[in-house]
Amino acid sequence: MAKAKTAPKAAPAATAAAKKTAARKAAAPKTAAQKAAGQKAAGQKTAGDEELVFTRPDSLVDRATHYCPGCHHGIAHRMVAELLDEMDLAGRTVAASSIGCSVFLYNYIKADTVESPHGRAPAVATGIKRARPDKFVFTYQGDGDLASIGMAEIMHAANRGERITVVFVNNTVYGMTGGQMAPTTLIGQKTTTCPGGRCKDNEGSPIRMAEIISQLGGTAFCARGSLDSVKNIRQAKKYMRQAFEAQTKGLGFGFVELLSGCPTNWRLSPVAANKRITDEMIPYFPLGVYKELEGDGTCGSLIAPGTASGGAGEGK
Amino acid sequence: MSRILVTEERCKGCLLCTTVCPVSIIRQSERINQQGYKVAEVGADDMGKCTGCTSCATICPDMAIEVWRSKKQKKVA
Ligand code: SF4
Ligand code: SF4
Repeated sequence: MAKAKTAPKAAPAATAAAKKTAARKAAAPKTAAQKAAGQKAAGQKTAGDEELVFTRPDSLVDRATHYCPGCHHGIAHRMVAELLDEMDLAGRTVAASSIGCSVFLYNYIKADTVESPHGRAPAVATGIKRARPDKFVFTYQGDGDLASIGMAEIMHAANRGERITVVFVNNTVYGMTGGQMAPTTLIGQKTTTCPGGRCKDNEGSPIRMAEIISQLGGTAFCARGSLDSVKNIRQAKKYMRQAFEAQTKGLGFGFVELLSGCPTNWRLSPVAANKRITDEMIPYFPLGVYKELEGDGTCGSLIAPGTASGGAGEGK
Repeated sequence: MSRILVTEERCKGCLLCTTVCPVSIIRQSERINQQGYKVAEVGADDMGKCTGCTSCATICPDMAIEVWRSKKQKKVA
């Protein structure tokens, strides 16, 4: 892992390429400011007749993650970091991280981060935002964290319309603790605590969080995306941007649920896990925007788009 | 031509990239990195087929792929 920094890219297929990138990487740590300036100026790197169209966003730390192969946390982290850069929020962001596999969020995203007790990230974020309204505050929570022990915190933060953004990663299982049943576990899904498969009569039905959050008065934006395909990932990033904007525009609570894979605890290969999201999760957890309000951020100005005038944040 | 650059030390061999490439040029190599994973690669003959679409990098959970896109004059590829 330590060696990764020096990155001996021995890609035989592209030696010249490796050289170029090595040079670029070597220069980067020395002049971080210069690098940032360069990236801001052009938006892209160019070298000869080529341009670098996809690379690590500045807000994502250059280190190996502890996630399992094929785990979607890495994709979600990257999209958060890209948005912090694109929306010029880096440097004035405070994150409230949660408990679960994403507990080490602060190792990967360059933002000041407060580690919250299990499920309490929305409450911690509320405190941060109210004390420092000039900061951009987001939480990053899994389904074991947000939909189970943290249910009270998330519901009331949404209902109060806290100007915070919640990134909710739903992989239908408790990942870090070894694959126990979560509130979102699908009917029939086998976990270590429901080895025969979740049974509706015994354990109830999987909770649909995006639908619940969209019903609460303070929610300004609520959507569900998925990370199983390139198309869905790109769409999910648009939802995340809107959820971020709900806060930056001062509208209210922004919520985005991301259907994600946990190949390890699903006992599937990463490729099969992605297929499971497509075939089993999306039919039960439909994708799309569940609530989207417009307004100018003043009290009672929120309306559903297309409505000429009306209700204070009661749309949909 | 467009091309990708795989940071092999970061690759965890999940192979999600191999499923999304529109020209199916990414495959698993026989090389094992320090983490113990068989890394993804593009064969030397195939790199010219890359369209620079960034699909592989988008789905990579570990930021192991960088994409360079050629400017214009794509006729040869
Ligand atoms: S246990 Fe699941 S959620 Fe946790 S890092 Fe592994 S794949 Fe990701
Ligand atoms: S950029 Fe597109 S065409 Fe090129 S290797 Fe990646 S997925 Fe294939």
